[in-house]
Amino acid sequence: MSAVDAIATGRLRRARRRGAVIGGALALLAAAFALTLMLGQSFVPPGTVLRVLAGGDVPGASFTVGQLRLPRAVLSVLAGLSFGLGGAAFQIMLRNPLASPDIIGISRGASAAAVFAIVVMGLDGPMVSVLAVAAGLGVALLIHGLSHRGGVAGTRLILVGIGVSAMLDSVIAYTLSRAPSWDLDQAMRWLTGSVNGAQPAQALPLLVSLAVFGGLLVSRARDLESLRLGDDTAAALGTNVALTRVLVILAAVGLIAVATAITGPVAFVAFLSGPIAARILGPNGSVLVPAGLVGAALVLGGDYIGQFLLPARFPVGVVTGALGAPYLIWLIVRVNRAGGSL
Amino acid sequence: MSTHSLSVRGLVAGYADRTILHGLDLEVLPGRITAIVGANACGKSTLLRTMSRLLSPRAGQVLLDGKAIHRMAPRRVAQVMGLLPQSPIAPEGITVADLVSRGRHPHHGILSRWSRQDDEAVAAALEATKTLDLADRAVDELSGGQRQRVWIAMALAQETDLLLLDEPTTFLDISHQVEVLDLLTDLNHRRGTTVVMVLHDLNLAARYADHLVAMAGGTLHAQGAPEDVLTAETVRAVFGLDSRIIPDPTSGRPMMLPIGRHRMAVE
Amino acid sequence: MTATATPLPRAGLAPRSNRTRLLWLGAMLALLVLCCALSVAIGTRDVGLDDIAGALRGRADSIGQAAVAARIPRTLLAALAGAALGVSGAIMQGVTRNPLADPGILGVNMGASLAVAVAVAFFGIGSAQAYIWVAIAGAGATAVLVYAIGSLGRGGPTPLKLALAGVAISVAFVSLVLAVMLSHGNVAGGLQSWQVGGVGGATFARMAHVLPFLAAGFAIGLGCARKLNSLALGDDMAAGLGERVALARGLASLGAILLCGATTAICGPIAFVGLMVPHLCRLLAGVDHRWLLPFSALAGACLLIVSDIAGRLIARPSELDVGIVTAFIGAPFFIWIVRRARVREL
Repeated sequence: MSAVDAIATGRLRRARRRGAVIGGALALLAAAFALTLMLGQSFVPPGTVLRVLAGGDVPGASFTVGQLRLPRAVLSVLAGLSFGLGGAAFQIMLRNPLASPDIIGISRGASAAAVFAIVVMGLDGPMVSVLAVAAGLGVALLIHGLSHRGGVAGTRLILVGIGVSAMLDSVIAYTLSRAPSWDLDQAMRWLTGSVNGAQPAQALPLLVSLAVFGGLLVSRARDLESLRLGDDTAAALGTNVALTRVLVILAAVGLIAVATAITGPVAFVAFLSGPIAARILGPNGSVLVPAGLVGAALVLGGDYIGQFLLPARFPVGVVTGALGAPYLIWLIVRVNRAGGSL
Repeated sequence: MSTHSLSVRGLVAGYADRTILHGLDLEVLPGRITAIVGANACGKSTLLRTMSRLLSPRAGQVLLDGKAIHRMAPRRVAQVMGLLPQSPIAPEGITVADLVSRGRHPHHGILSRWSRQDDEAVAAALEATKTLDLADRAVDELSGGQRQRVWIAMALAQETDLLLLDEPTTFLDISHQVEVLDLLTDLNHRRGTTVVMVLHDLNLAARYADHLVAMAGGTLHAQGAPEDVLTAETVRAVFGLDSRIIPDPTSGRPMMLPIGRHRMAVE
Repeated sequence: MTATATPLPRAGLAPRSNRTRLLWLGAMLALLVLCCALSVAIGTRDVGLDDIAGALRGRADSIGQAAVAARIPRTLLAALAGAALGVSGAIMQGVTRNPLADPGILGVNMGASLAVAVAVAFFGIGSAQAYIWVAIAGAGATAVLVYAIGSLGRGGPTPLKLALAGVAISVAFVSLVLAVMLSHGNVAGGLQSWQVGGVGGATFARMAHVLPFLAAGFAIGLGCARKLNSLALGDDMAAGLGERVALARGLASLGAILLCGATTAICGPIAFVGLMVPHLCRLLAGVDHRWLLPFSALAGACLLIVSDIAGRLIARPSELDVGIVTAFIGAPFFIWIVRRARVREL
């Protein structure tokens, strides 16, 4: 076998594995989606679910599946995709799993803007999303500007982000404490993220954001991937580093902020999706799309666990937050052991 | 034989509040090996970074085939000129073959597909750097010398006529330093690739370079054939060090022996 | 390991002589008195001098006098809490040799919240006294946990690792607190007040419960000043100077935990005071903890009173909780420290 054939075989093997992983993840996600439509307080057989989905009117099932479970599942998948894609994009760009939007304060910025718009200004619908995106971008710019001192150091960026988050946390807490009526559901959403009370109409902004920002991100996947070799190497390979950064930040913040405006900052999904996807995928290409799928699975599964598998009903963010914290701790410990640059 | 030309005209460049290069002119000889030497902080890395458009000049120009390089599309430049930065980052768990494939980046647009030609370029780069048998290993597991060869392979897969390297021998022990420089010389002889590199070791630079550039204080102090450049006067001016220059008995190139304040057998 | 200490920020203005320090200490004391006076006089409602004088003599006849009378315990609590947080921050920064150590950032406050939520939900604890014990225990356990996580492995507790460990613990504990609340309706109402720290509802009776803890904390903390000075040189050097390192560290931490735990139990989470105050005081008092701790106490009290006054003035006719004000002053301060430090020190 010639060297060229060996290289070609290796590449095809990687492409096949990648295809298998993505296909498998899609299949699992579809299965989970179908299961969450069928299972719950009451079991709805698959045939009935299909009839409801096709638009048929089934007494009882039309309400449980059509009005309650379907919007909830759709919203979970769309928000999870957004968090997964946006989080992984930041982690790849900054070459650090800790530099995810929920740790460096971008989700907090979007969340603070959304809660302020809803609770204080009494807004709803697309205006909330627009404000959340604007605030997310503002926070991203602020953190970038503040951590810039002759080049951005990842460590400094993360610490500055933690500082900004602390400030935004108190904005959220204050706004909530000023809410005319202390609404626990509302508080849950803005403190930890929840898909309770999902409405079919809420899916629209998420779909638009995934089409625009998600499309932009995926079309830049190859340039983004080259940034993992370091900015210098990426530039040497012909990537326009500055442009790629701007576009990726715009797209990732857009995805995160729109999703946050609707579900709240579902704890740690953006942070967890990329590393989990990388672990499953191995060294077989860009982790971006698999991370989106993992994010969708996390929100869908986390919501199901929170609703039905625990002694009381919990919003999804409580579950993902409890999952994510040990991983963050493990990451801190492991990097210490390796003597990394953390 | 390289058909592309690279030259520097009146270059002024630096970082934030410091100007490091003060008006510098340089003509890179096509198809030759050029080594840039100088004391720490003399601006040799800044020169290389500006030449490879990682850094924008304050004044003056870097010309690739007569055109200002900083105004060309990044991808076009990357098809002609490869660069190995001082500390490239290998993503965790990436395999050698995958990393070297990244060198094909400038030859692909958003939608283009991987071709037989790409595989051939990657295979040739791995063979040239004797890393073909490492193809499926993870880069993390390799030794320093192997890793450096893999990075050079990535730059080779880019298939450029010009190759710029920023201290390709740092952190390597002496046998790997020689191995890397031999490899670059092979490339230059076989493909006619123009090589420009910043080197720390004066003696290795003099042995391997066709053209030696000595920098001091952000300007060119001397340039030319190693025999003409590497003199006791240049060493004193550039490094502030007294030295003796003798011919290297193996290569015939000049060799610098530093003179300190102690251990002098002959007065 | 911990032998290579993260150097504390250099104190460029630190005076040499103890006389200058005493003068500064006197000036700070005067400033504190001034702050207290302002805090009693200024508020959401404008009151006349005679009302203030009347209220100070214990009368509460007019609305003005009643308003002022309510400001007196509040001012006292702000002063006590500020002093406690300042000293506790200075001790934590000394023990961890870490410029970013602060009870709020390290997730300690969330630990107190979680402990209280669990105690109320599962053990039916209701008395104010028990509440404080539980909050202090929760704060202490969390401090140890965060520090342990942050200092695992090589390199010791770097600022980044400690901050991240604090974030991880905070998020996990928020989830747990919410989980406890959702499954036990009787705790839910308490959450709102646990989110933002304030001194608004202060009464002398409530303060009396925490006073013994604060007194013990101050005594232990100030008593450890000399030990902290040895620890600042690194564990190995401190041992070389004849200090029992583990004992010194444990004792000093106990003092810090008592102080911040008791404060959190009565005020809720107030972040960043413990971070800012020691840094500012090092400029005046230098790095000697025998001076730094008293300075931090006075400066912390002033800072919290001023923040409380600002909170009353900014949001007139309503009020801004002091925890919000300190977060808004403190977060930029935190960022400033991060920006100033060289990357490898993070």
